[in-house]
Amino acid sequence: MSARRIFAQPARYAAIAPYVWMVLFFLVPFGFVLKISLSQTAIAQPPYMPVFDFTEGWAAIKAAFAQLSLDNFTLLVSDSLYISSYLRSLVVAVTSTLILLLIGYPIAYGMARLPQRRQAIAMMLVIIPFWTSFLIRIYAWINILQHDGLLNKILLALHLVSTPVVWLSTDTAMYIGIVYSYLPFMILPLYATLARMDPSLLEAASDLGASPGRAFWLVTFPLSLPGVGAGALLCFIPIVGEFVIPDLLAGSGSMMIGQTLWLEFFTNKDWPVAAAAAVALLVLLVPPLLLYDRLQRRQLGGEG
Amino acid sequence: MAGKVNRLSPFNITALALGMAFLYLPIVILVIYSFNASRLVTVWGGWSLRWYHEFFNDRAMLDAAWMSLRVAAVSATIATLLGTLAAVGLVRGERFRGRSLFSGMLYAPLVMPEVISGLSLLLLFVALNAERGFWTVTIAHTTLTMCFVTVVVQSRLASLDRSLEEAAMDLGCDPVQAFLRVTLPLIIPAIAAGWMLAFTLSLDDVVIASFTTGPGSATLPIRIYSEVRLGVKPEINAICTMVIALIAVVIVIASLASKLSSSQGESAAPL
Repeated sequence: MSARRIFAQPARYAAIAPYVWMVLFFLVPFGFVLKISLSQTAIAQPPYMPVFDFTEGWAAIKAAFAQLSLDNFTLLVSDSLYISSYLRSLVVAVTSTLILLLIGYPIAYGMARLPQRRQAIAMMLVIIPFWTSFLIRIYAWINILQHDGLLNKILLALHLVSTPVVWLSTDTAMYIGIVYSYLPFMILPLYATLARMDPSLLEAASDLGASPGRAFWLVTFPLSLPGVGAGALLCFIPIVGEFVIPDLLAGSGSMMIGQTLWLEFFTNKDWPVAAAAAVALLVLLVPPLLLYDRLQRRQLGGEG
Repeated sequence: MAGKVNRLSPFNITALALGMAFLYLPIVILVIYSFNASRLVTVWGGWSLRWYHEFFNDRAMLDAAWMSLRVAAVSATIATLLGTLAAVGLVRGERFRGRSLFSGMLYAPLVMPEVISGLSLLLLFVALNAERGFWTVTIAHTTLTMCFVTVVVQSRLASLDRSLEEAAMDLGCDPVQAFLRVTLPLIIPAIAAGWMLAFTLSLDDVVIASFTTGPGSATLPIRIYSEVRLGVKPEINAICTMVIALIAVVIVIASLASKLSSSQGESAAPL
């Protein structure tokens, strides 16, 4: 026991460097986002007027707090562009997460039923696309979905359609891209809970007369709910802020909040409004993030 | 009875087969079309290495690829160092002040939308008046990928038997020696897997790199992204195939490493 305590000391110091790094490059930047979201837009470069300047000392900071501007946030709620972006992000994230669950669950379930050795191979096969560049995978879909792409060629050859269907720049294409990119994130937590499940529970259910379908709904599915929750959050949270996939695959009609933020920042060069949009997006994501953190903790606790 | 309950139904097999086809077909098609001789991406004109040749004569693309490789190598190395230290602190350290803030900061970037991380880091760099280029992208990628390294190393470290270290210390090692001589060799495969994951994640990133890079130092994904927005080009097929090949090599090495790891004890999941 005493050896354990001695060892704990250097281990504690091991965390100092990464801790400082994360505070410096993860936590502090949010302070700057917050600060700039409260600044006023200026015509001159840099494209914002700082509300307070630390170099001017305490008096300046006090003066700054007296005139903090919430204009950018009022703009967010008054301009329908932002409201519709947030709503669209939510709709897209919820819809994609549901589709991902519908597609991912049977795959994860099938994987958990494979013989032990094959499970490892199947898991590897699911992880490889996660390692492969997602930009390249989205690009691969552009190849397939374009006007004279493979999908239309096949559909025409099979006489399922008489004229090429427009796939690119539609919501269908965007959903295909999102589901494709996030599928491994859905399958892995589902597989982890399903594979850990005790098979004797199902045997007991069938001994007691439950049909396989009933056993699934009454035993397997409820027990897999933590995995369902983890997978759903792991997909939902980043999809809300997704930028590249809707930008490349969806039409130019309505934008998701990640795209609006990007446009505001790079095209309109309105940094304060972009920062305010980021703050609002973050606030929107705090409840699911906390939920994910709790599920994660419970799962780690269960293992240890 | 167990056999009956655990048997794969035709439904399971269909779901698996369709799922795998969905995951791999687009990539396979892309690789095949990268060898297409035709200028039109959609018309097959026979096998050719023409587009690979085109890439190696494209100065801007080569520069971007070189920039990406350097950023990925440097950021993955720093991230592995910091991520491993973080994992050791979290698994082996006692509870310290701000521990939950620390683990929260390490989990958040895994799920946080990239536009937020990218924007916030850029605003920090602008406030610090840092010149944007290689180092700002590298710092941004390190911050993101060290969290993945931490997760990978942490899971391996948590499954290790602590009494091994205690035995080493009973035999006269100090804690640091015990870690370096006993624990480190046992978690090296996970550290290697973490480095490779960090490397591929950095090689893949468009959003954070777009925010944190300066003029004239675009990474390969930024270049690919701006080309792709203009339409499909056969040269991009060739570049993508080479990136896939590079990542495939990395995965093979990583899986060999984790095989080595599982032969030494409980297997560590690559994720």
